[in-house]
Amino acid sequence: MNQLSRRKLITTALGATAGASGIAVAARVAERNGLTPPEWHGIYGPGDTVTYAAQRLMTRHTMAREFSRDQISKTPFANEFAPPTGEFKRLQAGGFADWRLVIDGMVARPASLSLGDIRSYPSRTQITPLACEEGWSYIAEWIGAPLLHVLEAVGVLPQAKYVLYHSIEKGWADSIDMADALHPQTFLAYGMNGGELPVGFGGPLRMRVPRQLGYKSVKFINRLTVTDSVKALPPPGSYSWYAGI
Amino acid sequence: MADSVAPRHTTTVRVTHWIAALCFFALLLSGIEILISHPRFYWGEEGNVHVKPLFTLPIPASRATVPTGFGYVLPDQNGWSRSLHFEAAWAVVLTGLYYVVAGLIDGHFRKNLIPARADLSGSALSESFVDHLRFRRPGESEAASYNVLQRFAYLAVVFVLFPLTVWTGLAMSPAIASIAPSLVTLLGGQQSARTIHFFCTILLVLFVLVHIGMVWLAGFGNRTRAMIAGHAAEQRAVTQPEQP
Repeated sequence: MNQLSRRKLITTALGATAGASGIAVAARVAERNGLTPPEWHGIYGPGDTVTYAAQRLMTRHTMAREFSRDQISKTPFANEFAPPTGEFKRLQAGGFADWRLVIDGMVARPASLSLGDIRSYPSRTQITPLACEEGWSYIAEWIGAPLLHVLEAVGVLPQAKYVLYHSIEKGWADSIDMADALHPQTFLAYGMNGGELPVGFGGPLRMRVPRQLGYKSVKFINRLTVTDSVKALPPPGSYSWYAGI
Repeated sequence: MADSVAPRHTTTVRVTHWIAALCFFALLLSGIEILISHPRFYWGEEGNVHVKPLFTLPIPASRATVPTGFGYVLPDQNGWSRSLHFEAAWAVVLTGLYYVVAGLIDGHFRKNLIPARADLSGSALSESFVDHLRFRRPGESEAASYNVLQRFAYLAVVFVLFPLTVWTGLAMSPAIASIAPSLVTLLGGQQSARTIHFFCTILLVLFVLVHIGMVWLAGFGNRTRAMIAGHAAEQRAVTQPEQP
């Protein structure tokens, strides 16, 4: 072994060691600063984690693109959903007067809100696209209560890290971190394009997370759970938990 | 073990080449998988089955909501496909950045890829063109360096096609759009970005097919060995006679 290849070997070994410990330290720092998604093990963990960390660092105060009224889609498209259950049909027949949004978990004042209660919060509108991971999209005006006002009213405990939201559709739930939960464009939407939110588009109440893909905007929301762990509940269909990409 | 002659390809080129090749295969496979959930393309900011498409691929889809004319729906594999797509994207982008920075520092672009002034004359260019059209097997001189058309092809992939693919990919992300809206508007909208991303893929696939075809023509075993071990066989035979 001559001089050159020995030097090469030593630098390669040093580089590899530095690289490996660098990654380990970076992972530790990321975890401590809330830059790791709730599930980041397994074969796709590194990709999911780097995406989440990079975007969280860059999206602290960024706003989803908003559009003008004339850019609203003339022909929005609602994806298929499970046929309404008996419970949903009963609530629909009653004009959703008995629809309740239960808020529990790490909150100071658990609540059960009617649609009227949610409408009493300052209402906001935004014209944002809903982009599905399948590739299609539409732009709509969304009317609703920013989730942050509702969370302020119930008093989120300091240890909370995620807001879990359940659909009335059995087994359908998803969650977002507090950065998105407290983001001013994250809505509990009850209206669309000037009217009520149609059932096909998630009425009477839909989560809207416009900085993430459509599957995070779960339809028919009837329960919010504020929590510090969402490991037990992978998103439906084993899609990445974070969908800002 | 002595590296008495400069290798045909540097370690950086060889390692980044094979990581990129692996990532490209993963991205293509997962990209096709994602594409079949909606094989329709649009221009502008919005696009769905109620919107007139720019064009539709004549293939079945993995979603029953897409009208394709086929009587069946393909299985939906988007969960793992999307995770693989973005993980491979990170790997190939970081590898690409390393390749470009290393290439600027060690002179790879200057020495091996920027065409020499003499090769840019009309006659030299047309000669290379005719050689390619005739599928002429490259001569001995080309075993150690790239011809002028090859240089243009590699530079176009590295500095135009690959960055445009990354850009159009990023422009489809609502989070990235919130950071830099102009990344989307410059392309004409989120659906335009998706359509351009598709055309970039087609061009990259064509490049890879031509690339493999040319390697085949030039001697697949030898060229591949050079890209793995650094030296082609005849080069090694001269510098390293086999020991009994």
